[in-house]
Amino acid sequence: MSSEWPLWEVFIRGQHGLNHRHVGSLHAPDAEMAVNNARDVYTRRNEGVSIWVVRSSEITASAPSEKGPLFDPSNSKVYRHPTFFDIPDEVGHM
Amino acid sequence: MARAALEPAVDQAALLEFLLRIGDNALILGHRVSEWCGHAPALEEDIALANTALDLIGQTQLWLGLAGEVEGKGRSADDLAYLRDGYDFRNILLVERPNGDFGKTLMRQFLFDAWHYLLLKALKGSTETRIAEIAEKAFKEVSYHLDRSRDLVIRLGDGTAESHSRMQAALDDLWPYTGEMFAADAVDAALAEAGVIAEPQSLKPGWDEIVTEAFTEGTLKKPADGYMHKGGRRGVHTEHLGFILSEMQFLQRAYPGATW
Amino acid sequence: MYAQMVKTDAARVRSLDEMEPHERAFQERVDAGQKIEPKEWMPEGYRKTLVRQISQHAHSEIVGQLPEGNWISRAPTLERKAILLAKVQDEAGHGLYLYCAAETLGISRDQMYEQLHSGKAKYSSIFNYPTLTWADIGAIGWLVDGAAIMNQVPLQRCSYGPYARAMVRICKEESFHQRQGFDALARMVKGTPAQKAMVQDALNRWWWPSLMMFGPSDDASVHSAQSMAWKIKQNSNDELRQKFVDQTVPQAKYLGLTVPDPDLKWNEEKGGHDFGEPDWEEFFNVIAGNGPCNAERLDARKKAWSDGAWFRDGLTAHAEKAADRRAAAKIAAE
Repeated sequence: MSSEWPLWEVFIRGQHGLNHRHVGSLHAPDAEMAVNNARDVYTRRNEGVSIWVVRSSEITASAPSEKGPLFDPSNSKVYRHPTFFDIPDEVGHM
Repeated sequence: MARAALEPAVDQAALLEFLLRIGDNALILGHRVSEWCGHAPALEEDIALANTALDLIGQTQLWLGLAGEVEGKGRSADDLAYLRDGYDFRNILLVERPNGDFGKTLMRQFLFDAWHYLLLKALKGSTETRIAEIAEKAFKEVSYHLDRSRDLVIRLGDGTAESHSRMQAALDDLWPYTGEMFAADAVDAALAEAGVIAEPQSLKPGWDEIVTEAFTEGTLKKPADGYMHKGGRRGVHTEHLGFILSEMQFLQRAYPGATW
Repeated sequence: MYAQMVKTDAARVRSLDEMEPHERAFQERVDAGQKIEPKEWMPEGYRKTLVRQISQHAHSEIVGQLPEGNWISRAPTLERKAILLAKVQDEAGHGLYLYCAAETLGISRDQMYEQLHSGKAKYSSIFNYPTLTWADIGAIGWLVDGAAIMNQVPLQRCSYGPYARAMVRICKEESFHQRQGFDALARMVKGTPAQKAMVQDALNRWWWPSLMMFGPSDDASVHSAQSMAWKIKQNSNDELRQKFVDQTVPQAKYLGLTVPDPDLKWNEEKGGHDFGEPDWEEFFNVIAGNGPCNAERLDARKKAWSDGAWFRDGLTAHAEKAADRRAAAKIAAE
């Protein structure tokens, strides 16, 4: 069996003047296709938006906030990437 | 409708014929593409292809809606889509070709998109403002369809040996259905004369350039121009259309007069 | 529900006093309503249960494309066709969001597909029923999506961050799904007698399977209790089922339809409906693979996957070639 397409994190600038925000992730064979797929999956092709994609494996994350013995960073474990879905404003704090 | 009337000086029968041709292309291709929904090779592609199908269905509503107005018999876009028989359909044969494998679907899309893109680009300058308006909207959508289908054809052509041979087979198989895009008849001549559309033949050099460039980049061999199948534009279709319509029109035919 | 009878590996729910320090701190955070994020410590049982639940949920979205997808080519108007296509496309999108959420727990999408294709992973029982008429499409939107929403709205508050956020996005996009189904049926019941009969027939066939979506009573289930303690399940199956019946019965009445349950009646005292017991033998049969469409559904997914292998491989190969060419060009330029 062949290898899986890599995972990409998608960041979208929804309106001029705003920061790019993480909206989710997807699979694609390379960066160009990840941008195309992001347009189809996460924007339904709204025009005028700007999309960034970055390979999930290229992201360096800080250690979890709660440090100390109770929360050993479990690097031997599993977590491939942080996925953060955008929270619509009307939902408020989550 | 309170919209500007279509130019009465233009041959209305020719105009209707043209609108059915462009509307039926969108309808039948949209139908074919939507057959993939839930069955595409990757989730991301499933979603992307559904967007293309949705665009085409939307374009169908606009073109056939206008066709109904021009016809002046009170028929809606739905009436035209669901209550005509095959001989009244005016789409080119290419769009009714069965989906085949995903490569064939993409190749059909690319061959069509490259032409559709040029056709709409020219129609944006139509002397008929209603047509120019629809073309303006559709052109944006189709530019993206073309970006995507061209990209995938190149990538799969220059992918693995298997993807290459599948794309070449698809190209060889579909090539004889491309000639109909550039065929012209009295309808085209009358409308081109009035500045409503561009001469079909005038789109050929631009199309050749787009497809040749993509084939070169995708290491695909452009087939020689041999015999070209025609007939759809005058209502003589392949057997496939009948099956499409029997499925598409089932409810409207089985429950005449019902609203949904 | 879209995730039914998810196992937790727990023999019983333990109290805070019985927990090791790690787990106790974790449980206290959950109890305090904090979100657990991917890099943080979590009990292995929590992780495994989430993988089961989220992947089952994702599989349900993907398999759920099929019964409705059946009717895209037969939708009766261009508008209904576009709406249905957009809805089925949303389901693919929701599957994608959920697979991504599960991937944060250390399982790949391909591994999850493998579990689905091998029959190891389950998906919701509801999608093994056939869509026989156009009214079934309306009924799925109204009943099946209605039942799903009952479950998904509270899941937005689930303790696992990526899952909760996926649910927020899904609920937001899904708001039109139930309405479009109800709208299609409302149009039909005002139409010809044949159309109205078609709607009643659809309700007759989909009512009980919809009630089964919530799963058998889990008041005595240790898995359910554990999932609730972890806040990856918020309500009991019976609670949600009751809520669904109470919400749906007046809607059926509005449509002029008869709910196919002779025991259904309003109970003033409890302020809710009494209703009959679904046929759980049928439910367990469907779960075990004996539903009307289990084989077709799974075959369709397996076929899409295996037929698409050359496509996925072709694009991977091209991406590698293109990267090599870029690297070579860079070296040549230096």
